[in-house]
Amino acid sequence: MSGCMTLWVPMDSAAKALGADDVVAAIAAEAAQRGVAVTIRRNGTRGMIWLEPLVEMEIDGIRHGFGPMTPADVPTLFDDAARHPLALGPVDDLDWMRRQTRLTFARCGVIEPLLLADYQAHGGLLGLKRALEMTGAEVVAEITASGLRGRGGAGFPTGVKWQTVHDAPGTCKYIVCNADEGDSGTFADRMIMEGDPFSLVEGMAIAGLGVGAAKGFVYLRSEYPDAIRVMREAVRIARAEGLLGDSVLGSDRAFDIDIRVGAGAYVCGEETSLLNSLEGKRGVVRAKPPLPALAGLFGRPTVVNNVISLATVPVILERGAQHYADFGLGRSRGTVTLQIAGNVKRGGLFETAFGISLGAVVDDLAGGTASGRPVKAVQVGGPLGAYMPREKFDTALGYEEFDAVGGLVGHAGIVVFDDSADMLAMARFAMEFCAVESCGKCTPCRIGAVRGVETIDRIAGGDDAAIPLLTDLCETMKDGSLCALGGFTPYPVMSALTHFPEDFQRRHEAAE
Amino acid sequence: MTPSSPPASEIAADEIAAIIKAHLDIDGPLLPILHALQAAFGHVPPSAHASLAQALNITRAELHGVISFYHDFRAAPAGRQVLKICRAEACQAVGSTALAARTLGRLGLDWHGTTANGALTVEPVYCLGLCACGPAVMIGDRVVGRVDDARMDALLAEAGA
Repeated sequence: MSGCMTLWVPMDSAAKALGADDVVAAIAAEAAQRGVAVTIRRNGTRGMIWLEPLVEMEIDGIRHGFGPMTPADVPTLFDDAARHPLALGPVDDLDWMRRQTRLTFARCGVIEPLLLADYQAHGGLLGLKRALEMTGAEVVAEITASGLRGRGGAGFPTGVKWQTVHDAPGTCKYIVCNADEGDSGTFADRMIMEGDPFSLVEGMAIAGLGVGAAKGFVYLRSEYPDAIRVMREAVRIARAEGLLGDSVLGSDRAFDIDIRVGAGAYVCGEETSLLNSLEGKRGVVRAKPPLPALAGLFGRPTVVNNVISLATVPVILERGAQHYADFGLGRSRGTVTLQIAGNVKRGGLFETAFGISLGAVVDDLAGGTASGRPVKAVQVGGPLGAYMPREKFDTALGYEEFDAVGGLVGHAGIVVFDDSADMLAMARFAMEFCAVESCGKCTPCRIGAVRGVETIDRIAGGDDAAIPLLTDLCETMKDGSLCALGGFTPYPVMSALTHFPEDFQRRHEAAE
Repeated sequence: MTPSSPPASEIAADEIAAIIKAHLDIDGPLLPILHALQAAFGHVPPSAHASLAQALNITRAELHGVISFYHDFRAAPAGRQVLKICRAEACQAVGSTALAARTLGRLGLDWHGTTANGALTVEPVYCLGLCACGPAVMIGDRVVGRVDDARMDALLAEAGA
């Protein structure tokens, strides 16, 4: 190998958690020892987490993958790379990549996240440039026509929300990005912020143009220090390059973004709690109405959208609403960014049109469990999502389709458990988590969660009479809670009880 | 009290005042100020409460309500390093419950406890976004995935716990 060798090693925190920085150090050391000139570029992750750290080598302009790499695998990379034991061939040709429809994540893992020129070379800023030639109403109409729905979990039509803010009186309006991705099994927000931060910046700027807001906030959870660093740097670069500021890309429109860091409260992922937190208050839930779209941050009309929703906006403006709406199923238009996690052979991010079945995701994409044991349950939609048994695996990924079987798509996190999972323990954990994270404003959540843990402990102790009590408690929490934390905690609890009654019964028998 | 964090008596009032003043022009300054104080002193010093409440024109009760609401803010410094072990479902699916129990047992700690030598505080965290490579932990700002017992022992040894 002579001349300049270019290697890509992800700086995504999942890759780093699996040793990407050690691999970079090993590459630099080996190159120095051999006297070979190597350019190491840091990309985001492609989303194939089981292959991380995934090193890519440019050979004749094509990026070939090697993974999962350890420092010990580095020296042979400098010999005959094609015969390296971890050689995977061209990354774009890998089955996992070929089968995806990457719209939101098209650049993630491909570009250097903080290189604006790289971003533009891959279609970046085209959406914003088009939006600058449109009226706010036209931008909003484009989003409405695309069928985009809130990717944070609620699935509310983004265009309707924007229209409300657009039509609201007043000149001071805000765009708030909900980057408080606290749901277990979800990491799409983190991935895009670390791997393609300008897509979020651009999406927020387009939202600002659409509804007439000049200021945006990203509320980013403190558990994501890498994403915080990348987003802060992206905003600094965007200001320096005239993408943000008093004159967006030289226009007469202003837009700027502040990155704000959360403080470890799960409930702040709920939009009204988030707004209170941004204002410097306790992150307690607000009663609705008034809608945040009319009286949100500091009482002003506010768009609150999830990271993925906003990061999808540029591609919709770039390619047109119809292009996006052409993908999907029923009222779930466009793509869903599946996050495959837990006990799986192949975990990671897979972006595809809505409509794929849960079974195809678990058995085909994920390849079953990492432990090799049978799949017992799959939790879809985070800690507030239902546990689905194998009998429900033919359910298609779509908002209405999941709702019909008593589940929710949520942020599309899919957590797989093998047959060693104790569903009573998982139900107890759901209640315990709700008790830890409840904001305390409404009684069903604040007290119900505590009583839920106690009731499940009674069941575990063999008290049969506690089962109808738990069912009743779940109904009260579901109907009486102010937000999804108390209102949806019954989903994992009741689905565990309904689909895996033997885990609740076995204790009973043991006690006798 | 740990060597990396100055004792409360040594925390200079002028340093606190400077941190507060630096944030007063932004909208919703309280959380950024609390983060900045904690970054500077390893905790939110109670001696800052009065001046902070006054600067933001809120009562000390309101301020206490905010500080105590969020898991991140500490009233006293933690150990020299903080180890956060993910307890959320995706990590549970790959054995984090046993990993956490073993770690706490080895150190003789409960959640939020600090080792006697002040080296390490162990805390639960609910998701680090490393759900496809669990069990995941974070030590300081460094994330580590697929943590097994051997890996955990190495991390504990590194931290001097």
